[in-house]
Amino acid sequence: MKVDVEGTLKRIESYKGVIGTIVVNAEGIPIRSTLDNSTTVQYAGLLRHLAAMARSSVRDIDPQNDLTVLRIHSKKYEIMVAPENNYLLIVIQNPCE
Amino acid sequence: MSPKKGKRSGSSKMKSKKSQSPTPQGKTGHPEDIFPLTLTSATQNLFGCQIDEDVTAQSPYKLLKKDDIMQDIKTRAAVSDFSPAKQIVLDYPEEEILLVFDSEFTFGQSFYLVLSPEAKNRILKLPETETPEVLENEVDTARKPKQWVSLGSEKEIEEESVKEREPLVFTFSRKRRFFGLPVSFSDNITPISQGFPSYEDNRRFIPAMLTDCGTQAVPKVQSSTAQTNWLGKRNNSTHYEPRDLSEEEKEVILQSDSMKEFLRGVTPRMLHALQQEEIFNLFTDDLKDLGADVEDDNEPDLSKGLELFKTFTDPSKGKKISSVNWHPSINGVIAVALKMQREEESDSEEDLSLTDPKFIAFYSFADLSKPQDLRKEQTPEVLYSAASEIESSHKAAVTDVQWLPPTFEVTRTGLPVENTSKLCVQVITCSPDCTIMFWDVRLPKQAGLSLFQRPDQNTPMTRYIVPKTFKHLDRTWKPLFKVSFQKMDGSGVYAPLKLSFEPYPGNAEAAGSWSAEDFLDYSQLRIPSAKELKTLEDVNTKIFIGTEEGEVVYTDWKLEKDEFGLVHCPKPLFSFSTHDFMVYAVQRSPFFKDIVLTVGTWNFAIWKEGVMEGPLHVSKFSVENCTAGCWSLTRPAVFFIGKDDGSMEVWDLLENTNGPSQVHPGIISGTIICIKPWIVSSKQHFLAVTNDHRVVRILEISKSLRTPTSNESSRMEEHFEWETKYVKEFDRRKKVWAKEKEEQELKKETKPAKPVLTPAEQEELDKKEYGEFLKLEESILKGLGLWPKPDHSDKKN
Repeated sequence: MKVDVEGTLKRIESYKGVIGTIVVNAEGIPIRSTLDNSTTVQYAGLLRHLAAMARSSVRDIDPQNDLTVLRIHSKKYEIMVAPENNYLLIVIQNPCE
Repeated sequence: MSPKKGKRSGSSKMKSKKSQSPTPQGKTGHPEDIFPLTLTSATQNLFGCQIDEDVTAQSPYKLLKKDDIMQDIKTRAAVSDFSPAKQIVLDYPEEEILLVFDSEFTFGQSFYLVLSPEAKNRILKLPETETPEVLENEVDTARKPKQWVSLGSEKEIEEESVKEREPLVFTFSRKRRFFGLPVSFSDNITPISQGFPSYEDNRRFIPAMLTDCGTQAVPKVQSSTAQTNWLGKRNNSTHYEPRDLSEEEKEVILQSDSMKEFLRGVTPRMLHALQQEEIFNLFTDDLKDLGADVEDDNEPDLSKGLELFKTFTDPSKGKKISSVNWHPSINGVIAVALKMQREEESDSEEDLSLTDPKFIAFYSFADLSKPQDLRKEQTPEVLYSAASEIESSHKAAVTDVQWLPPTFEVTRTGLPVENTSKLCVQVITCSPDCTIMFWDVRLPKQAGLSLFQRPDQNTPMTRYIVPKTFKHLDRTWKPLFKVSFQKMDGSGVYAPLKLSFEPYPGNAEAAGSWSAEDFLDYSQLRIPSAKELKTLEDVNTKIFIGTEEGEVVYTDWKLEKDEFGLVHCPKPLFSFSTHDFMVYAVQRSPFFKDIVLTVGTWNFAIWKEGVMEGPLHVSKFSVENCTAGCWSLTRPAVFFIGKDDGSMEVWDLLENTNGPSQVHPGIISGTIICIKPWIVSSKQHFLAVTNDHRVVRILEISKSLRTPTSNESSRMEEHFEWETKYVKEFDRRKKVWAKEKEEQELKKETKPAKPVLTPAEQEELDKKEYGEFLKLEESILKGLGLWPKPDHSDKKN
């Protein structure tokens, strides 16, 4: 399937309840973000390690397994981190109510 | 001294020699220079040498002048005593001759003259030397010198005095070889080098018990330096910023294949997660959602609905309660308007009454039985203080009186304008004499002087003090304007019983700031002319009217101008005769401004403003008459209906729209005249119910009835909207049906008879249809991929 990068990202960014989206590369440098710079940098820096640790925990338990999405549900909103292919996609969403 | 002594002794010897010498010579003769003579007392007086007066033994010498003696001799010649010595006196060289008194008669006579001056001098000298001698002798004999007592002074003298002493002998020896050599002595002047040792001063000093002593604390500071080897280098502070890629790099990465791969993998997962989030809240707390309020969830709700709290009865007979109202500020006080048993009804609000109720009694929770006469202390006025002009007021009893809120007022043509004074100044009244009147509490501008000059002689004597707040209006009060509404079908005029208008909130600061203390001098207020005031466009001037005949009229009170330019009352916008007899209550919901509850005799209805098609909800006809109704103050879906037999129904529209959710029979004996709710505190909600036999009952609303269920307001709103839609839809349908009916009737007349199918033909028709259906089914299933179908019964997609 042909993937339109721009379109895909736009789709995610304009989903209902999404506050912000960040794409981070392997070194933790944000490639693309809908939030302001300082927030982006903060999220990227903090979540990178967390995602790596989660992934390693999952693979420790079962080497065949892998992390698909790491979801952090907090009081105010939900943060979803999806690692893939050395990149990281971070989405922050406001839950239903 | 000693030579003097010698002299003296010599002289005394000489004197004694002298004295002795003349004596012996006297006998024999006298010495040459002495001439003895005797002087008589007269001569003595003359010369002043009287014996024992001038001349005595101690001082025997007298110097006489020679001339005097000569004189005497001349005068007394032979008698003078000096005659024998005449020659001697003449020969005397000197001026003065010495006369000596001789007391011892040494020369034989008492006196003697000293002839020669040498002898005179000699003699005269003797007494001079004799006198110190005499004195000394006297001194010697008079004073004896004291013996010297030694006081130690001679020792000091001895010490100090330099005496010669024997020479000092000092032996020394020299060295042998220096023997015989000359010796040289010299003085050795040694400096005095002895110190002066100190000694304790034995003078007593005052010991100092206290001394001021200053101290200064000085921190011991020591500065030292050390140099260390910094082995492990470490940054104490760093300034950093996050790494960032440039725009071009970002673009490159975004377009790269790896990015595409990444998104391909991630997107479905992420969308799935987002969707999950959106649909379902994983963390709902069901229990928490169930309970509406947190505070008293553990209180058992024993009573079902209404609970009798208190009962008040007026002991005096012959009175009927016409209306009841809670005191707005004092908790637990109800004002009850009592009137004599008459046929016409009268009604009163708390503040001002226009017709004549007789009494207003106050019941307070403190005293059950007796009505208290609280009005004198607390409320400013109770009894009517102004009566309207008889000609221009209502012809029948006034059935409803309401103050217009202070946010807007109405001009003579009914235009709502801004109320510059922040007080309620206008009143609407309605009466079955088919008019609605607007009254203004203020005097009209063209009042003139006549009003003031009119004397109030005919003021009836009242037992109570009538406050003068509205005195200016008394008996001259004319309504601002009147409206009467023609019936829509032209058959008369409506006779309104109750009305309800939409309260206009206005500005926030205008509303709600009116308190009893702000009672201004109403007589000073004047109705401003309509031009001055700003017209308020958004005031809803439409009112709901419940009439005597059961119609609910929704109309505008603004006077309109028709095509001729005449001002006349507007036509009502709709009217429905939902109720078949008198409408007892028209009340707006406290939650929704456009929902009105009307209570007729046998049913009640809920209306929504703007919905012209009809009431949203009409209740079933009930057996007993409904005589009163009011909304609940806290729950948007609850209202209370009072009945003729004294029972009360609680309706909850969300629970059951067909019947009352609760029925409380026998709440009160007699007909319920009025229901008024009141909130005392969040735990105590009361409902005051009055009947026509002067009993007031206070009922406590239980918790279930006073706490709204969750989202009740929004649910109610939805319910009303739904109802509105339904009504509209129904109305539309009705019209459509009516039209269809008409068409059908028309068709029926014109259309030929339809061919009647025989059963066989019918069956054939059915088969045909069935075959068509099967084909259709097949095509659909093929499209879905479920062909061939296993069985007929599982054809469900």
